[in-house]
Amino acid sequence: MNCASNEIMLHALIDGELDAGHARAVEGHVTKCVVCAKNLDALRALRLAMAEANLRQSAPASLRARLDAALPLPFARIIAPSAFSRPKARRSFFGGFAVGTVASAVLAASLVLTIVRNDQEQIAANDVVSAHMRSLQAGHLMDVETSDQHTVKPWFDGKVDVAPPVIDLTAQGFTLLGGRLDYVDGAPAASVVYQRRKHIINLLVARRLGAEHAAGTERTVQGYNVRHWSQSGLDFWAVSDLDPTELGEFVQRISAALRPGSSS
Amino acid sequence: MQQQTSTATWAAERDKMTGYANSENDKARRFRELALPHLDDLYTLARYLMRNAADADDAVQESYLRALRHFDSYRGPAMKPWLLTILRNVCNAEFAQRGRRETSADQSEEDEVTLPMWQEPHSAETVLLRQQDGETVRRLVAALPHQFREAIVLREINDLSYHEIAQVAGVPVGTVMSRLARARSMLRSAWNATEGTTSGTIR
Repeated sequence: MNCASNEIMLHALIDGELDAGHARAVEGHVTKCVVCAKNLDALRALRLAMAEANLRQSAPASLRARLDAALPLPFARIIAPSAFSRPKARRSFFGGFAVGTVASAVLAASLVLTIVRNDQEQIAANDVVSAHMRSLQAGHLMDVETSDQHTVKPWFDGKVDVAPPVIDLTAQGFTLLGGRLDYVDGAPAASVVYQRRKHIINLLVARRLGAEHAAGTERTVQGYNVRHWSQSGLDFWAVSDLDPTELGEFVQRISAALRPGSSS
Repeated sequence: MQQQTSTATWAAERDKMTGYANSENDKARRFRELALPHLDDLYTLARYLMRNAADADDAVQESYLRALRHFDSYRGPAMKPWLLTILRNVCNAEFAQRGRRETSADQSEEDEVTLPMWQEPHSAETVLLRQQDGETVRRLVAALPHQFREAIVLREINDLSYHEIAQVAGVPVGTVMSRLARARSMLRSAWNATEGTTSGTIR
């Protein structure tokens, strides 16, 4: 065995990749060869230095929360949240609620409105986030997939009881992906889907229920940012994992485009 | 309220949703149980490949969503290398999309090593690890050319075997071995250059 070929074997040795026979052969060589012995020491020292440097990084809590929100929830977890960190501001999803079985938990999650007697706005926000999370699963995002606003808008005709405005914001960095049917608060809603970078934004549009929310509300549900406002007799919900500032920008652009006199 | 007016539609929708939820529920739980424990591994590799926290976050999230989409067809062997393979592909796709700006400089080829070599170390003896040595080592690893950095991180931090690294990087085991050897020799030189003036050396 010569030293040049042994070089790689030294690495294999410290990496525990050699079988007993080869390991013995390399170790035997090392006892007789000063150069290789020195190399092996150096490799072990480097190994140790790397181990002690603690190069491993922990995913930040914000990423954990994002993932937790982006991945579909097994419903038992909603009832009994585990060690996974969530934003403190998040309001209890099913606070004050005794839900026994998984079956009823499933119902509770998908049919929040029939069971929960809670703040109407909060219920709707939860619905919106559920809709958003469902939409992120494969094949659920779009019923009509196109970046052409003049294709998306007519597609909704007869499917929902509103004619949702479909606004092209490509120039502003929000790409129109398509549209989808969904439900908010038990009523059919049109979802217009946009994307900024890798973040999906669902803009849910439904017939306005209750009081006008011209000023809009802002909340975080399960790590998602949700904006709600009313305009032109319609209820708008924008939901995304986009950061609040950018989602705010999105809402402003939509809202501005809807104002009378605007060109869109 | 609104929902009473559309009870029929709603009931149909509810039944559909409940069935859907039941089948998805098990998958969601299994995926979380199997995949999420490797989050730190993915995050670490993403940080060393992407070099910027926001991009790393995006890459990790995208990898998990992609893994979930392919979870039905996942048959092993091991979850960690499978997830890391997906992450690596996500990162490479991201580089490709950016016109290879970030990798072109350091992915040229194995013989193109542009690490500063400085002078030979003087003071010698043992390896004395100072407090900031961790930071130094991190910096040196981050300074390695792309494929060597990938190999050494998969080996030393993600603790993969040669065979698994070969799988993740999509190269033969022999290539993995030579990349690791190169990576370590570059780290030694760089380390000795930074440490030569202060404490220990690895020679």
